[in-house]
Amino acid sequence: MNGFVSRGFTRRRRAPEEVADRLPPGQYLESGWPVLTAGPTPDVPTDEWSFRIDGMVGQPKEWRWDEFHQLPFETITKDIHCVTKWSKLDATFGGVSIDVLLDQVEPLDAYAMFYSYGGYTTNLPIEEISDGKAWVVTEYDGEPLSREHGGPARMLVPHLYFWKSAKWVHGMTVMDHDEPGFWEVNGYNNHGDPWKEERYWGD
Amino acid sequence: MESPLPPVEQRAPGRWQIGTVSKIKVETPRVKSFRIELPMWMPHLPGQHYDVRLTDPDGYHAERSYSIASSPLDEGGVELTIDKLEDGEVSPYFHDVVVEGDRVEVRGPFTSYFVWRGEKPVLLVGGGSGVVPLMCMLRHRRRTMPDLPMRLIYSVRHAGDVIYEEEMGDETLLTFTREPPEGWSGHTGHIDAELIFEAGIEDGIAFVCGSNGFVESGSQLLMDAGFDPQQIRTERFGPTGTG
Repeated sequence: MNGFVSRGFTRRRRAPEEVADRLPPGQYLESGWPVLTAGPTPDVPTDEWSFRIDGMVGQPKEWRWDEFHQLPFETITKDIHCVTKWSKLDATFGGVSIDVLLDQVEPLDAYAMFYSYGGYTTNLPIEEISDGKAWVVTEYDGEPLSREHGGPARMLVPHLYFWKSAKWVHGMTVMDHDEPGFWEVNGYNNHGDPWKEERYWGD
Repeated sequence: MESPLPPVEQRAPGRWQIGTVSKIKVETPRVKSFRIELPMWMPHLPGQHYDVRLTDPDGYHAERSYSIASSPLDEGGVELTIDKLEDGEVSPYFHDVVVEGDRVEVRGPFTSYFVWRGEKPVLLVGGGSGVVPLMCMLRHRRRTMPDLPMRLIYSVRHAGDVIYEEEMGDETLLTFTREPPEGWSGHTGHIDAELIFEAGIEDGIAFVCGSNGFVESGSQLLMDAGFDPQQIRTERFGPTGTG
């Protein structure tokens, strides 16, 4: 805090009292769901979609759409926070926990790079996506996830800024070292904890 | 492709700093440009943005990101062009409260995806206030590489909505989607394949900036025209994305 006050600024948005403590610093409440994508929106038919786990694992594995839907499916309601300053509360997704998928491949190392149709990547340590912290989701509000929001399948890693929740997700590579993904190379923070306001490099 | 501009420095830019508004220009009834002098200025790449933070006496903060409109050759500060969103929290403050001489808290420049590093040829496609980061590219090209092939396709709704109107030159193809100026003989309606063709940029890099719907249809048209999806960089303003 440097004590600076913006001359004549009065607050115009006020989050309801009961949810105010769910908004991380610098975030505002958004009821819609803005779209933010680097590049054109990929079009991935479900019969061509798959999710793979490869790299440093005991047994690489790939699930096609119908195989993926045989896995235990959960409804997940979480608050999500975008680095462009909006937050959305109680967003409801349907999908499969990464724990279920990791159980089937035996990860041997501590880091992961998620990769998407269209070329997007984002990095996450395994400990940030295990024990109920991350899902591959295919539904939003009980409906198939729309293409603009990452359908047919995207990641959901709600405790980090939402660029970590890769849209059009195609798989993850387990690695023995950390490596920055797309936005992490291009100026956004390597970790991205909204509660610590880790938006950019050096935050 | 050649790259006459340096890559973004691999060090963290952007500590919060208090800048001083030295000039305010009214661009349209709902758009103003603010020149902000900075004590810790560093050169930006065309397309980068700054974050602005407003603080009330109780310590409440509101933050938003705004694209830089000025060339990095205008040293010592940046020009941010701000579209007033009536239900916003930061843009109405800039429009209704800020006067020349006021101090504002900012940090930047940030991110290095939607940036132009001198690649060519370049097609810029902007809708409404999506033209702001593209104008930074255009201004910088005029001052550094005036012969580099760069064209701007700029779509606005009404006659009075053209930001930087006096700076639109031969490289710009302007279209009005709702109400053109009286006597307008140029393009009207949404950007289409014909307009992209008329721009005459092939095998190049494209920057598309505007609302989500604008960017979605614009990038589709570019792909149809043969642009490599990897060479189409986009920046989308959500429904309240830049409020």
